Amino acid sequence: MKRELPIAITFICAFILTLQYFIPHRSFEIMYEISNIWIQIIGVFAMILGIISLIMLHWEKIKHKKENWGFSIVTLASLVGMSLVGLIASENSPVFEWLYNFILAPISATMFALLAFFIASAAYRAFRARTVVATILLLAAVIVMLGRVPIGSLISFGIFPKMAEILVNYPNVAAKRAIFMGVGLGAAATALKVMLGIERSYMGSD
Amino acid sequence: MSTDPGIWLAAILTLCIFSFLYKDNPFYKFVEHLSVGVSAGYWLVIIIRQSLKQTFLDPLIQGQWQLVPGKLGIFLLIFPAFMGILLFTRFSNKWAYIARYPIAMLWGIGVGASIPLSLQNYIIRQLQATMVPITFNSWEDVGSLFIAIGVITGLVYFYFSKEHKGAFGGAAKVGIWILMIGFGSTFGFTVMARVSLLIGRVIFLMKDWLGIIS
Repeated sequence: MKRELPIAITFICAFILTLQYFIPHRSFEIMYEISNIWIQIIGVFAMILGIISLIMLHWEKIKHKKENWGFSIVTLASLVGMSLVGLIASENSPVFEWLYNFILAPISATMFALLAFFIASAAYRAFRARTVVATILLLAAVIVMLGRVPIGSLISFGIFPKMAEILVNYPNVAAKRAIFMGVGLGAAATALKVMLGIERSYMGSD
Repeated sequence: MSTDPGIWLAAILTLCIFSFLYKDNPFYKFVEHLSVGVSAGYWLVIIIRQSLKQTFLDPLIQGQWQLVPGKLGIFLLIFPAFMGILLFTRFSNKWAYIARYPIAMLWGIGVGASIPLSLQNYIIRQLQATMVPITFNSWEDVGSLFIAIGVITGLVYFYFSKEHKGAFGGAAKVGIWILMIGFGSTFGFTVMARVSLLIGRVIFLMKDWLGIIS
């Protein structure tokens, strides 16, 4: 029961959901919509479970005064503060919006902006033109980057933007389509393995 | 210089994150932990207020679900919530296996929906877009031919069941060149997106906070 029932549930749900795609009947459309809502509702509980785990993890760190436990207070305080404001007032309340606009949004934007530096240093290491393929990668990246900024057009008399356009519209599309087909086959094969109970890692260990 | 406390707070948090460029430090760690707490709180509010309320609580309170009217509808609403509650058995060593049932349901619905969709979107649509009539009446046809050759050679490169030798190896070589151009273009785009975000943050600091530039 511990393993057989979940495999049976997975198979039945997967089989019905796969089947509904090929049966254009209103009842199957409704069933698909219901399953989408079920996923949303279970997903909410899964998210609450994740947040409880986060609280427990940081609470343990504070309780046992583990390394950097002071920062765990920051996490818990901000989590509780943000949640209380949003749940007591509303997600459209000025305070909640203020917290989003002046704390969450700048932090997220700056975190991603920080990646500009790391992506540049990673590029330096990865792009050293040691082989033909590395050189092709480097040239394509440089042309696309220069083709997207005014100075690229200025130093090449408009050639870089045109080259970037050709690279993006043709070889890039070809590469992406080949990758997508691989992804599609891989995703379908993995989904079939899960459906048939061959892939069971989602159940964890006993 | 701004007098808005919100701008000051955002500017200080921005500088705290940029301090990581020197090395890991308590200021960065503070903002990192703040970010985890605030975003978890934010998404908790959004999913409860929007997803849970609109899809579950409101129809339950009204006693009427538009999708499936009647008592059956209410049962079909309560059932996933019951399955969701079963997830919390993970906190018990004895009953933790029960959490597999809702997880199995999520996986089942997910994979069942994804099999036809991934075949449709990732394979059939890509093949349809690649297999277009080529008449050589315009330069676009040359481009379409190039894309078709690129897709075939790219797929040849990914086929590892046959040794990449002779004509097959040649095709695989062209395939890896095409793939590298694709990766290079994608990388170029990603770098430019990140740089544009960085410019955005610098403009925020210089214009909105310090007022140095107009």
